Amino acid sequence: MCGLCGVLGNEADWTHAPGVVFFGAAATWRAQRLERVRVANLILTQFGLSLADWEGTKYQLSNRTGRTEIVDNWAQVWQAAERILGRACDPLDPLLVARLERFERED
Amino acid sequence: MPETAFIPVNVITGFLGSGKTTLLQRLLGSPELADTAVLVNEFGEVGLDHHLLRRLDEEIVLLQSGCVCCTIRGDLSTAIRDLYGRRERGEILAFRRLVIETTGLADPVPILSTVMAEPVLRHHFRLGNVVVTVDAVNGLSHLEGQEESAKQAAVADRIVITKTDIASRREVAALRRRLARLNPAAPTLQTAPHLPLDPDLLLTHDLYELDSRSEEVRRWLAIENEQGSSSLPDDRHIDVNRHDARIQAFCLRFERPLDWTAFGIWLTMLLHCHGSNVLRVKGMLNVAANPGPVVIHGVQHLVHPPDHLLEWPDDDHSSRIVFIVKGLSRDMIERSLEAYSGLGASSQ
Repeated sequence: MCGLCGVLGNEADWTHAPGVVFFGAAATWRAQRLERVRVANLILTQFGLSLADWEGTKYQLSNRTGRTEIVDNWAQVWQAAERILGRACDPLDPLLVARLERFERED
Repeated sequence: MPETAFIPVNVITGFLGSGKTTLLQRLLGSPELADTAVLVNEFGEVGLDHHLLRRLDEEIVLLQSGCVCCTIRGDLSTAIRDLYGRRERGEILAFRRLVIETTGLADPVPILSTVMAEPVLRHHFRLGNVVVTVDAVNGLSHLEGQEESAKQAAVADRIVITKTDIASRREVAALRRRLARLNPAAPTLQTAPHLPLDPDLLLTHDLYELDSRSEEVRRWLAIENEQGSSSLPDDRHIDVNRHDARIQAFCLRFERPLDWTAFGIWLTMLLHCHGSNVLRVKGMLNVAANPGPVVIHGVQHLVHPPDHLLEWPDDDHSSRIVFIVKGLSRDMIERSLEAYSGLGASSQ
């Protein structure tokens, strides 16, 4: 729990399960978290959404008009995105996949 | 807490009349499963399953509601919590395994999610093999005509073809072919009253047992070698109205290491959007900058905590992921995952 704001962390999802240790670029918990936000934003921007880390315990998901939801983990990010957009973010959407492929080629 | 400290939970399911209770009775008679508690669920007015199992006495808790499904998931949770509480207080035998027998019409996924996701239970129990019984005489028509039956077979870790003593060889062979197409990653066994049964293969050998883990993963991945033979003669003209017709199994291979961050985002997004159509996902991943493979294992919206293996089972270090999906495009899944993987830091 954060001593200043009293927020209980609840990032219990399988991508961050206890015992899952990874090496390389995002070796620390904090670095991993920031890297996840960076990669997620490459996708969320395609839907007009953006994600920000909030005190290392939660995430803020916002659209361009400022509507914001605070969520705990990845499953909740996609649930909140669906509430904001009124439709689910489909990773199999051919247009989305084509844009991501183009992004990768240009990078 | 080490994995061994968790109590494994096996779910035995199968369509109405497919021989779940008979199988359970035979399994519970073996010494390997002496310390097993059982939860049974009756359907309808007559608790036939309960009466058949009454000799198990203290270890049976009969769920009061009709069907173990979403609406009474709380009952299942309460029943398991109660069982665990009595175990801890020493009121019943300190059972080392729990078996849940569902009704023939049950969707097994809510039961699995209760064990994996319920806040208290997930700290004491872990999911073991899901065993599905399929009747050799009527199984094919159940798979074709009953959505529950096709789904039960698709989420199975082990499939048991029952009543082979009263079915023709031809019927059994046709059923085996259909099941192999529906869920090639699950070993399929045949039983009849006179045939021996291997309780270890059915229940105790699973992904979380160190002794059987590598073998289990190898078994999943063998599907890749068998894909060339999936267009069996009886599958050439598939009736699109068949409930199992839109379910397909395939194995994707990725030669370059996958970025864990990008993979996690992709899979959580896929399962949020299409979870009800991703019946099973199992794989061994080569994660960038990670020395050994990472094993992933999911059922619909649920994903087990990933597991690290100390070493690769062979010289092939490519990522291989088995999907059993309903109505989703294999090509699109592959293309999408490739595109997402390219977004990670390890790919740049």
